[in-house]
Amino acid sequence: MPHPRFSGFGLGLRKPHYADFLETAVPVDFVEVISENFMIPGGRPRRILNQVRARYPVALHGVSLSVGSAHGLDADYLGRLRRLVDEIEPLFVSDHLSWSRAPRFNAHDLLPLPYTTEALDIVCANLAHAQERLGRPMLLENPSSYLAFAQSDMTEWEFLEQVCARTGCGLLLDLNNIHVSAINHGFDPLAYLAGLPLDRVRQIHLAGHSRGETFLIDTHDQPVPPSVWTLFAEVIARLGPVAVMIERDDNIPPLAELLDELDQARALARHGVAA
Amino acid sequence: MTLAMLQAEFGDWLMTGSDRAAARFTPAAQAGLLVYQNNYRAALMACLHESFPQTVQWLGHEDFQASAAHCIDDCPPDSWSLDHYAAQFPHSLAAQWPDDPEVAELAMLEMALADAFVGPDADALDGTALGLVDWDSARLTWVPTARLLTLRTNAQAIWSALASGRTVPPAQCIPHAATVLVWRHAETACFRTLDPLEEALAPRLFAGMKFADVCRALVRAKGEADGIRTAGLWLAQWAGDGLLRRDAMT
Repeated sequence: MPHPRFSGFGLGLRKPHYADFLETAVPVDFVEVISENFMIPGGRPRRILNQVRARYPVALHGVSLSVGSAHGLDADYLGRLRRLVDEIEPLFVSDHLSWSRAPRFNAHDLLPLPYTTEALDIVCANLAHAQERLGRPMLLENPSSYLAFAQSDMTEWEFLEQVCARTGCGLLLDLNNIHVSAINHGFDPLAYLAGLPLDRVRQIHLAGHSRGETFLIDTHDQPVPPSVWTLFAEVIARLGPVAVMIERDDNIPPLAELLDELDQARALARHGVAA
Repeated sequence: MTLAMLQAEFGDWLMTGSDRAAARFTPAAQAGLLVYQNNYRAALMACLHESFPQTVQWLGHEDFQASAAHCIDDCPPDSWSLDHYAAQFPHSLAAQWPDDPEVAELAMLEMALADAFVGPDADALDGTALGLVDWDSARLTWVPTARLLTLRTNAQAIWSALASGRTVPPAQCIPHAATVLVWRHAETACFRTLDPLEEALAPRLFAGMKFADVCRALVRAKGEADGIRTAGLWLAQWAGDGLLRRDAMT
Protein backbone atom coordinates (compact mmCIF):
# COMPACT_ATOMS: atom_id res chain seq x y z
CA MET A 1 0.00 0.00 0.00
CA PRO A 2 1.43 3.43 -0.87
CA HIS A 3 2.25 5.85 1.92
CA PRO A 4 1.19 9.41 1.21
CA ARG A 5 3.76 12.01 2.18
CA PHE A 6 2.82 15.38 3.57
CA SER A 7 5.08 18.19 4.62
CA GLY A 8 3.73 20.73 7.05
CA PHE A 9 3.18 21.95 10.58
CA GLY A 10 0.00 21.39 12.55
CA LEU A 11 -1.75 21.28 15.91
CA GLY A 12 -4.04 18.94 17.75
CA LEU A 13 -7.58 20.34 17.54
CA ARG A 14 -8.92 20.82 21.06
CA LYS A 15 -12.29 22.19 22.25
CA PRO A 16 -11.02 25.55 23.60
CA HIS A 17 -9.73 26.36 20.10
CA TYR A 18 -12.74 25.27 18.01
CA ALA A 19 -13.86 28.86 17.40
CA ASP A 20 -10.34 29.93 16.37
CA PHE A 21 -10.19 27.21 13.75
CA LEU A 22 -13.68 27.88 12.45
CA GLU A 23 -13.66 31.66 12.47
CA THR A 24 -10.05 32.66 11.75
CA ALA A 25 -7.30 31.56 9.41
CA VAL A 26 -5.05 29.72 11.86
CA PRO A 27 -1.57 29.41 10.31
CA VAL A 28 -1.30 25.62 10.30
CA ASP A 29 -1.00 23.15 7.45
CA PHE A 30 -3.13 20.46 9.11
CA VAL A 31 -4.90 19.54 12.33
CA GLU A 32 -5.07 16.25 14.18
CA VAL A 33 -8.14 15.06 16.08
CA ILE A 34 -8.69 12.18 18.47
CA SER A 35 -10.65 9.68 16.37
CA GLU A 36 -12.78 8.33 19.22
CA ASN A 37 -14.15 11.80 20.05
CA PHE A 38 -15.86 11.80 16.66
CA MET A 39 -16.86 8.13 16.32
CA ILE A 40 -20.36 9.12 17.34
CA PRO A 41 -23.60 9.10 15.37
CA GLY A 42 -24.02 12.85 14.89
CA GLY A 43 -24.58 16.20 16.54
CA ARG A 44 -22.40 19.25 17.02
CA PRO A 45 -18.99 17.51 17.31
CA ARG A 46 -19.39 15.82 13.91
CA ARG A 47 -20.58 19.07 12.32
CA ILE A 48 -17.60 20.96 13.71
CA LEU A 49 -15.21 18.28 12.45
CA ASN A 50 -16.69 18.51 8.96
CA GLN A 51 -16.44 22.30 9.01
CA VAL A 52 -12.81 22.13 10.13
CA ARG A 53 -12.15 19.51 7.47
CA ALA A 54 -13.45 21.91 4.82
CA ARG A 55 -10.70 24.35 5.85
CA TYR A 56 -7.75 22.13 6.85
CA PRO A 57 -6.43 18.64 6.13
CA VAL A 58 -7.25 16.43 9.13
CA ALA A 59 -5.26 13.54 10.60
CA LEU A 60 -7.17 10.97 12.67
CA HIS A 61 -5.30 9.82 15.78
CA GLY A 62 -6.76 6.95 17.76
CA VAL A 63 -6.22 5.70 21.30
CA SER A 64 -8.45 2.61 21.39
CA LEU A 65 -7.49 0.36 18.48
CA SER A 66 -5.59 -1.89 20.91
CA VAL A 67 -3.33 -3.26 18.22
CA GLY A 68 -1.48 -5.37 20.76
CA SER A 69 -4.53 -7.21 22.05
CA ALA A 70 -4.03 -10.98 22.12
CA HIS A 71 -7.75 -11.33 21.50
CA GLY A 72 -7.89 -9.40 18.25
CA LEU A 73 -9.60 -6.15 17.35
CA ASP A 74 -13.09 -4.88 18.12
CA ALA A 75 -15.25 -5.18 15.00
CA ASP A 76 -17.64 -2.41 16.11
CA TYR A 77 -14.72 -0.07 16.69
CA LEU A 78 -13.22 -0.79 13.29
CA GLY A 79 -16.57 -0.32 11.57
CA ARG A 80 -17.10 3.08 13.17
CA LEU A 81 -13.55 4.14 12.40
CA ARG A 82 -14.02 3.11 8.76
CA ARG A 83 -17.16 5.24 8.50
CA LEU A 84 -15.30 8.22 9.96
CA VAL A 85 -12.38 7.65 7.58
CA ASP A 86 -14.75 7.53 4.60
CA GLU A 87 -16.42 10.76 5.72
CA ILE A 88 -13.31 12.77 6.61
CA GLU A 89 -10.81 11.37 4.08
CA PRO A 90 -7.99 12.02 6.53
CA LEU A 91 -4.39 12.78 5.86
CA PHE A 92 -3.31 9.92 8.13
CA VAL A 93 -4.91 7.36 10.42
CA SER A 94 -2.76 6.50 13.40
CA ASP A 95 -2.80 4.68 16.73
CA HIS A 96 -0.31 3.42 19.30
CA LEU A 97 1.89 0.39 19.77
CA SER A 98 0.04 -0.69 22.91
CA TRP A 99 -2.97 -2.64 24.10
CA SER A 100 -6.05 -1.72 26.12
CA ARG A 101 -8.56 -4.49 25.42
CA ALA A 102 -8.96 -7.95 26.93
CA PRO A 103 -12.06 -10.16 27.09
CA ARG A 104 -14.84 -8.23 28.90
CA PHE A 105 -12.39 -5.49 29.86
CA ASN A 106 -11.05 -2.27 28.40
CA ALA A 107 -8.41 -0.32 30.33
CA HIS A 108 -8.80 2.97 28.43
CA ASP A 109 -5.05 3.40 28.66
CA LEU A 110 -2.10 2.71 26.38
CA LEU A 111 -0.71 -0.37 28.14
CA PRO A 112 2.77 -1.73 27.45
CA LEU A 113 3.61 -4.85 25.47
CA PRO A 114 6.42 -7.34 25.97
CA TYR A 115 8.60 -7.21 22.89
CA THR A 116 8.51 -10.90 22.06
CA THR A 117 8.09 -12.89 18.87
CA GLU A 118 4.56 -13.84 19.93
CA ALA A 119 3.59 -10.19 20.53
CA LEU A 120 5.14 -9.24 17.19
CA ASP A 121 3.02 -11.83 15.38
CA ILE A 122 -0.11 -10.59 17.15
CA VAL A 123 0.55 -6.90 16.49
CA CYS A 124 1.31 -7.58 12.83
CA ALA A 125 -1.82 -9.69 12.37
CA ASN A 126 -4.02 -7.07 14.08
CA LEU A 127 -2.49 -4.17 12.20
CA ALA A 128 -2.80 -5.94 8.87
CA HIS A 129 -6.45 -6.61 9.68
CA ALA A 130 -7.06 -2.97 10.60
CA GLN A 131 -5.37 -1.69 7.44
CA GLU A 132 -7.42 -4.07 5.33
CA ARG A 133 -10.64 -3.04 7.07
CA LEU A 134 -9.82 0.67 6.69
CA GLY A 135 -8.61 0.24 3.13
CA ARG A 136 -5.46 2.23 3.78
CA PRO A 137 -2.10 2.07 5.59
CA MET A 138 -1.88 3.28 9.15
CA LEU A 139 0.79 5.06 11.14
CA LEU A 140 1.90 3.40 14.37
CA GLU A 141 3.07 5.62 17.23
CA ASN A 142 5.89 4.61 19.57
CA PRO A 143 4.53 4.57 23.13
CA SER A 144 5.84 5.90 26.41
CA SER A 145 5.94 3.32 29.20
CA TYR A 146 6.52 2.86 32.88
CA LEU A 147 7.54 -0.77 33.01
CA ALA A 148 9.53 -3.17 30.86
CA PHE A 149 8.85 -6.90 30.71
CA ALA A 150 11.64 -9.32 31.54
CA GLN A 151 10.48 -11.64 28.77
CA SER A 152 11.16 -9.07 26.01
CA ASP A 153 13.71 -10.44 23.57
CA MET A 154 14.06 -7.37 21.35
CA THR A 155 14.15 -3.61 21.83
CA GLU A 156 11.16 -1.40 21.13
CA TRP A 157 12.84 0.03 18.05
CA GLU A 158 13.66 -3.44 16.74
CA PHE A 159 10.04 -4.39 17.32
CA LEU A 160 8.78 -1.32 15.44
CA GLU A 161 11.18 -1.96 12.57
CA GLN A 162 9.78 -5.49 12.24
CA VAL A 163 6.17 -4.28 12.35
CA CYS A 164 6.88 -1.76 9.58
CA ALA A 165 8.60 -4.38 7.45
CA ARG A 166 5.85 -6.96 7.85
CA THR A 167 2.75 -4.78 7.61
CA GLY A 168 3.83 -1.85 5.43
CA CYS A 169 2.65 0.60 8.09
CA GLY A 170 4.25 3.99 8.59
CA LEU A 171 5.49 5.56 11.81
CA LEU A 172 4.20 8.41 13.89
CA LEU A 173 7.32 9.37 15.79
CA ASP A 174 6.54 10.80 19.21
CA LEU A 175 9.79 12.35 20.40
CA ASN A 176 8.48 13.08 23.88
CA ASN A 177 7.60 9.40 24.27
CA ILE A 178 11.14 8.43 23.29
CA HIS A 179 12.57 10.84 25.86
CA VAL A 180 10.16 9.73 28.60
CA SER A 181 10.83 6.03 28.03
CA ALA A 182 14.59 6.62 27.67
CA ILE A 183 14.70 8.24 31.10
CA ASN A 184 12.31 5.71 32.64
CA HIS A 185 14.12 2.66 31.28
CA GLY A 186 17.67 3.96 30.91
CA PHE A 187 18.30 3.66 27.18
CA ASP A 188 19.93 6.09 24.78
CA PRO A 189 17.32 8.01 22.74
CA LEU A 190 19.81 8.43 19.91
CA ALA A 191 20.26 4.65 19.73
CA TYR A 192 16.47 4.39 19.53
CA LEU A 193 16.35 6.83 16.60
CA ALA A 194 19.27 5.08 14.91
CA GLY A 195 17.43 1.77 15.09
CA LEU A 196 14.19 2.99 13.52
CA PRO A 197 13.40 2.83 9.81
CA LEU A 198 13.24 6.62 9.52
CA ASP A 199 12.09 6.38 5.90
CA ARG A 200 8.75 5.17 7.33
CA VAL A 201 8.16 8.28 9.45
CA ARG A 202 5.26 10.34 8.14
CA GLN A 203 4.31 12.33 11.23
CA ILE A 204 6.02 13.71 14.35
CA HIS A 205 4.45 14.52 17.71
CA LEU A 206 6.11 17.13 19.91
CA ALA A 207 4.78 17.26 23.47
CA GLY A 208 5.69 17.77 27.10
CA HIS A 209 5.67 15.62 30.21
CA SER A 210 5.66 15.82 34.00
CA ARG A 211 8.00 14.41 36.60
CA GLY A 212 6.42 11.84 38.91
CA GLU A 213 7.92 10.29 42.04
CA THR A 214 9.73 7.55 40.15
CA PHE A 215 9.15 8.21 36.46
CA LEU A 216 8.65 10.87 33.87
CA ILE A 217 4.93 10.78 33.09
CA ASP A 218 3.64 11.38 29.57
CA THR A 219 1.03 13.97 30.55
CA HIS A 220 0.96 16.22 27.45
CA ASP A 221 0.13 19.11 29.76
CA GLN A 222 3.36 21.11 29.47
CA PRO A 223 5.22 22.98 26.73
CA VAL A 224 7.69 20.99 24.66
CA PRO A 225 10.83 20.79 26.86
CA PRO A 226 14.42 21.40 25.69
CA SER A 227 15.20 17.67 25.76
CA VAL A 228 12.48 17.01 23.16
CA TRP A 229 13.51 19.98 21.00
CA THR A 230 17.04 18.53 21.00
CA LEU A 231 15.75 15.20 19.69
CA PHE A 232 13.68 17.02 17.07
CA ALA A 233 16.70 18.99 15.83
CA GLU A 234 18.62 15.71 15.71
CA VAL A 235 16.08 13.80 13.66
CA ILE A 236 14.34 16.33 11.41
CA ALA A 237 17.28 16.73 9.04
CA ARG A 238 17.30 12.97 8.49
CA LEU A 239 13.65 12.70 7.47
CA GLY A 240 11.88 13.20 4.18
CA PRO A 241 8.72 15.29 3.94
CA VAL A 242 6.93 14.93 7.27
CA ALA A 243 3.95 16.36 9.16
CA VAL A 244 5.11 17.92 12.44
CA MET A 245 2.72 18.88 15.21
CA ILE A 246 2.45 20.08 18.79
CA GLU A 247 0.34 17.65 20.83
CA ARG A 248 -1.23 19.20 23.91
CA ASP A 249 -4.03 17.28 25.67
CA ASP A 250 -4.37 18.94 29.06
CA ASN A 251 -3.74 22.33 30.66
CA ILE A 252 -4.56 23.72 27.22
CA PRO A 253 -3.02 27.20 26.75
CA PRO A 254 -4.24 30.00 24.47
CA LEU A 255 -3.79 29.11 20.82
CA ALA A 256 -1.08 31.76 20.40
CA GLU A 257 1.21 29.86 22.78
CA LEU A 258 0.91 26.67 20.74
CA LEU A 259 1.50 28.61 17.53
CA ASP A 260 4.69 30.02 19.07
CA GLU A 261 5.84 26.46 19.77
CA LEU A 262 4.98 25.52 16.21
CA ASP A 263 7.07 28.44 14.94
CA GLN A 264 9.95 27.07 16.99
CA ALA A 265 9.51 23.72 15.22
CA ARG A 266 9.49 25.49 11.85
CA ALA A 267 12.70 27.33 12.70
CA LEU A 268 14.44 24.16 13.83
CA ALA A 269 13.28 22.32 10.72
CA ARG A 270 14.64 25.08 8.49
CA HIS A 271 17.94 25.01 10.33
CA GLY A 272 18.09 21.25 10.26
CA VAL A 273 17.37 21.03 6.55
CA ALA A 274 19.84 23.83 5.80
CA ALA A 275 22.52 22.08 7.83
CA MET B 1 3.52 -16.94 29.85
CA THR B 2 1.50 -16.18 26.72
CA LEU B 3 0.50 -12.63 25.80
CA ALA B 4 -3.13 -13.50 26.51
CA MET B 5 -2.21 -14.66 30.02
CA LEU B 6 -0.10 -11.56 30.64
CA GLN B 7 -2.92 -9.28 29.52
CA ALA B 8 -5.41 -11.13 31.74
CA GLU B 9 -3.10 -10.66 34.72
CA PHE B 10 -2.47 -7.01 33.91
CA GLY B 11 -6.21 -6.45 33.64
CA ASP B 12 -6.71 -8.21 36.97
CA TRP B 13 -4.17 -5.84 38.54
CA LEU B 14 -5.89 -2.77 37.13
CA MET B 15 -9.34 -3.91 38.23
CA THR B 16 -8.41 -5.11 41.72
CA GLY B 17 -5.16 -3.39 42.67
CA SER B 18 -4.60 -6.40 44.89
CA ASP B 19 -1.28 -7.62 46.30
CA ARG B 20 -2.10 -11.03 44.80
CA ALA B 21 -2.38 -9.53 41.31
CA ALA B 22 0.76 -7.41 41.74
CA ALA B 23 2.77 -10.42 42.93
CA ARG B 24 2.47 -12.00 39.48
CA PHE B 25 4.86 -9.32 38.15
CA THR B 26 8.55 -8.87 38.88
CA PRO B 27 9.76 -6.59 41.67
CA ALA B 28 11.19 -4.24 39.03
CA ALA B 29 7.72 -3.81 37.52
CA GLN B 30 5.96 -2.80 40.75
CA ALA B 31 6.52 0.96 40.56
CA GLY B 32 5.30 1.02 36.97
CA LEU B 33 2.22 -1.01 37.86
CA LEU B 34 1.22 1.71 40.31
CA VAL B 35 1.40 4.34 37.55
CA TYR B 36 -0.90 2.28 35.31
CA GLN B 37 -3.29 1.59 38.19
CA ASN B 38 -3.47 5.33 38.92
CA ASN B 39 -3.99 6.17 35.22
CA TYR B 40 -6.77 3.59 34.93
CA ARG B 41 -8.78 4.86 37.88
CA ALA B 42 -8.12 8.53 37.07
CA ALA B 43 -9.41 8.11 33.50
CA LEU B 44 -12.64 6.49 34.67
CA MET B 45 -13.13 8.99 37.47
CA ALA B 46 -12.62 11.88 35.03
CA CYS B 47 -15.09 10.29 32.62
CA LEU B 48 -17.79 10.10 35.31
CA HIS B 49 -17.11 13.65 36.54
CA GLU B 50 -17.37 15.08 33.03
CA SER B 51 -20.45 13.06 32.15
CA PHE B 52 -22.51 13.90 35.26
CA PRO B 53 -21.82 17.53 36.27
CA GLN B 54 -25.22 18.08 37.92
CA THR B 55 -25.02 14.81 39.81
CA VAL B 56 -21.63 15.96 41.13
CA GLN B 57 -23.30 19.16 42.36
CA TRP B 58 -26.23 17.30 43.88
CA LEU B 59 -24.17 14.72 45.75
CA GLY B 60 -21.23 16.97 46.55
CA HIS B 61 -17.67 16.18 45.55
CA GLU B 62 -16.86 13.69 48.31
CA ASP B 63 -19.98 11.56 47.98
CA PHE B 64 -19.69 11.63 44.20
CA GLN B 65 -16.07 10.48 44.39
CA ALA B 66 -17.03 7.66 46.72
CA SER B 67 -19.92 6.60 44.48
CA ALA B 68 -17.74 6.76 41.37
CA ALA B 69 -15.01 4.74 43.08
CA HIS B 70 -17.60 2.12 44.04
CA CYS B 71 -18.78 1.96 40.42
CA ILE B 72 -15.19 1.61 39.18
CA ASP B 73 -14.63 -1.26 41.65
CA ASP B 74 -17.87 -3.02 40.75
CA CYS B 75 -18.26 -2.34 37.02
CA PRO B 76 -15.01 -2.45 35.04
CA PRO B 77 -15.31 -0.97 31.55
CA ASP B 78 -15.72 -3.43 28.72
CA SER B 79 -16.26 -1.13 25.73
CA TRP B 80 -13.77 0.89 23.67
CA SER B 81 -15.94 3.97 24.31
CA LEU B 82 -15.86 5.86 27.59
CA ASP B 83 -19.38 7.10 26.76
CA HIS B 84 -20.51 3.49 27.12
CA TYR B 85 -18.83 3.33 30.51
CA ALA B 86 -20.71 6.38 31.75
CA ALA B 87 -24.00 4.76 30.73
CA GLN B 88 -23.78 2.19 33.53
CA PHE B 89 -23.26 4.76 36.29
CA PRO B 90 -26.98 5.51 36.85
CA HIS B 91 -27.58 1.80 37.51
CA SER B 92 -24.71 1.74 39.97
CA LEU B 93 -26.11 4.83 41.72
CA ALA B 94 -29.54 3.20 41.97
CA ALA B 95 -27.95 0.32 43.88
CA GLN B 96 -25.80 2.60 46.02
CA TRP B 97 -28.52 5.12 46.94
CA PRO B 98 -31.68 3.00 47.33
CA ASP B 99 -33.27 5.51 49.72
CA ASP B 100 -32.48 8.50 47.51
CA PRO B 101 -33.93 7.56 44.12
CA GLU B 102 -33.49 11.10 42.76
CA VAL B 103 -29.72 10.50 42.61
CA ALA B 104 -29.94 7.75 40.00
CA GLU B 105 -32.75 9.53 38.15
CA LEU B 106 -30.74 12.74 37.97
CA ALA B 107 -27.82 10.77 36.50
CA MET B 108 -30.18 8.94 34.14
CA LEU B 109 -31.48 12.28 32.86
CA GLU B 110 -27.93 13.59 32.41
CA MET B 111 -26.98 10.46 30.47
CA ALA B 112 -30.04 10.75 28.24
CA LEU B 113 -29.18 14.38 27.47
CA ALA B 114 -25.58 13.41 26.68
CA ASP B 115 -26.79 10.62 24.36
CA ALA B 116 -29.13 13.03 22.59
CA PHE B 117 -26.32 15.56 22.12
CA VAL B 118 -24.32 13.13 19.96
CA GLY B 119 -27.23 11.07 18.60
CA PRO B 120 -27.92 10.54 14.90
CA ASP B 121 -28.65 13.57 12.75
CA ALA B 122 -31.99 14.00 10.94
CA ASP B 123 -33.71 16.86 9.17
CA ALA B 124 -36.59 18.03 11.32
CA LEU B 125 -39.96 19.03 9.92
CA ASP B 126 -40.33 22.76 10.56
CA GLY B 127 -43.47 24.86 10.49
CA THR B 128 -42.97 25.87 6.86
CA ALA B 129 -43.09 22.25 5.70
CA LEU B 130 -46.31 21.28 7.51
CA GLY B 131 -48.25 21.91 4.30
CA LEU B 132 -46.19 19.31 2.46
CA VAL B 133 -47.50 16.47 4.62
CA ASP B 134 -50.55 14.37 3.73
CA TRP B 135 -52.03 14.50 7.24
CA ASP B 136 -54.77 11.99 6.48
CA SER B 137 -52.24 9.20 6.05
CA ALA B 138 -49.09 10.54 7.74
CA ARG B 139 -47.57 8.55 10.55
CA LEU B 140 -45.71 10.48 13.22
CA THR B 141 -42.02 9.81 12.75
CA TRP B 142 -39.79 11.25 15.43
CA VAL B 143 -36.20 12.41 15.13
CA PRO B 144 -33.87 9.58 16.18
CA THR B 145 -32.69 11.32 19.33
CA ALA B 146 -36.24 11.41 20.81
CA ARG B 147 -36.47 9.15 23.84
CA LEU B 148 -38.88 8.75 26.75
CA LEU B 149 -37.83 8.43 30.38
CA THR B 150 -40.04 7.54 33.31
CA LEU B 151 -39.12 9.48 36.45
CA ARG B 152 -40.60 8.82 39.88
CA THR B 153 -38.91 11.80 41.52
CA ASN B 154 -38.54 15.50 40.80
CA ALA B 155 -35.12 14.87 39.24
CA GLN B 156 -35.94 17.06 36.24
CA ALA B 157 -36.72 20.03 38.52
CA ILE B 158 -33.47 19.40 40.41
CA TRP B 159 -31.53 19.25 37.13
CA SER B 160 -33.05 22.49 35.86
CA ALA B 161 -32.31 24.33 39.11
CA LEU B 162 -28.73 23.05 39.25
CA ALA B 163 -28.07 23.84 35.60
CA SER B 164 -29.38 27.39 35.88
CA GLY B 165 -27.96 28.20 39.30
CA ARG B 166 -31.39 28.64 40.86
CA THR B 167 -32.40 27.46 44.32
CA VAL B 168 -32.55 23.71 44.21
CA PRO B 169 -35.79 22.13 45.45
CA PRO B 170 -35.64 19.34 48.01
CA ALA B 171 -35.82 15.86 46.53
CA GLN B 172 -39.22 14.27 46.55
CA CYS B 173 -41.01 11.33 45.06
CA ILE B 174 -43.96 12.37 42.92
CA PRO B 175 -47.42 10.76 43.28
CA HIS B 176 -47.61 9.69 39.65
CA ALA B 177 -44.50 8.86 37.64
CA ALA B 178 -43.73 11.51 35.03
CA THR B 179 -42.92 10.74 31.41
CA VAL B 180 -40.09 12.94 30.22
CA LEU B 181 -39.25 13.40 26.56
CA VAL B 182 -35.53 13.94 25.77
CA TRP B 183 -34.29 14.95 22.32
CA ARG B 184 -31.88 17.24 20.46
CA HIS B 185 -33.04 20.43 18.82
CA ALA B 186 -30.71 22.87 17.02
CA GLU B 187 -27.66 21.07 18.47
CA THR B 188 -28.94 21.43 22.02
CA ALA B 189 -30.11 18.48 24.08
CA CYS B 190 -33.42 19.30 25.76
CA PHE B 191 -36.26 17.70 27.69
CA ARG B 192 -39.81 18.36 28.80
CA THR B 193 -42.42 16.56 30.81
CA LEU B 194 -45.35 15.31 28.72
CA ASP B 195 -48.78 16.62 29.66
CA PRO B 196 -51.21 13.98 31.00
CA LEU B 197 -53.08 13.45 27.72
CA GLU B 198 -49.86 13.32 25.69
CA GLU B 199 -48.49 10.89 28.27
CA ALA B 200 -51.55 8.65 28.00
CA LEU B 201 -51.09 8.45 24.25
CA ALA B 202 -47.26 8.23 24.43
CA PRO B 203 -46.90 4.47 23.78
CA ARG B 204 -48.85 4.84 20.51
CA LEU B 205 -47.53 8.29 19.61
CA PHE B 206 -43.95 7.12 19.73
CA ALA B 207 -44.72 3.85 17.95
CA GLY B 208 -45.64 5.67 14.74
CA MET B 209 -49.28 6.57 15.34
CA LYS B 210 -51.15 8.12 12.40
CA PHE B 211 -51.85 11.80 12.96
CA ALA B 212 -55.47 11.19 11.92
CA ASP B 213 -55.72 8.69 14.80
CA VAL B 214 -54.24 11.29 17.17
CA CYS B 215 -57.05 13.65 16.12
CA ARG B 216 -59.66 10.94 16.66
CA ALA B 217 -58.28 10.11 20.11
CA LEU B 218 -58.28 13.77 21.12
CA VAL B 219 -61.82 14.30 19.83
CA ARG B 220 -62.93 11.32 21.95
CA ALA B 221 -61.17 12.76 24.99
CA LYS B 222 -62.01 16.45 24.64
CA GLY B 223 -64.86 16.77 22.17
CA GLU B 224 -64.83 17.83 18.54
CA ALA B 225 -63.71 21.45 18.73
CA ASP B 226 -61.31 21.19 21.65
CA GLY B 227 -59.88 17.91 20.36
CA ILE B 228 -59.08 19.30 16.91
CA ARG B 229 -57.70 22.48 18.43
CA THR B 230 -55.43 20.45 20.77
CA ALA B 231 -54.21 18.31 17.88
CA GLY B 232 -53.22 21.47 16.03
CA LEU B 233 -51.43 22.85 19.08
CA TRP B 234 -49.55 19.59 19.61
CA LEU B 235 -48.50 19.47 16.00
CA ALA B 236 -47.27 23.06 16.11
CA GLN B 237 -45.30 22.33 19.26
CA TRP B 238 -43.74 19.12 17.88
CA ALA B 239 -42.73 20.92 14.68
CA GLY B 240 -41.48 23.97 16.57
CA ASP B 241 -39.41 21.77 18.85
CA GLY B 242 -37.83 19.93 15.91
CA LEU B 243 -39.29 16.60 17.00
CA LEU B 244 -40.72 15.30 13.72
CA ARG B 245 -38.58 13.83 10.99
CA ARG B 246 -38.97 15.66 7.70
CA ASP B 247 -37.67 12.98 5.32
CA ALA B 248 -40.06 10.36 6.67
CA MET B 249 -43.16 12.53 6.65
CA THR B 250 -43.01 14.56 3.42
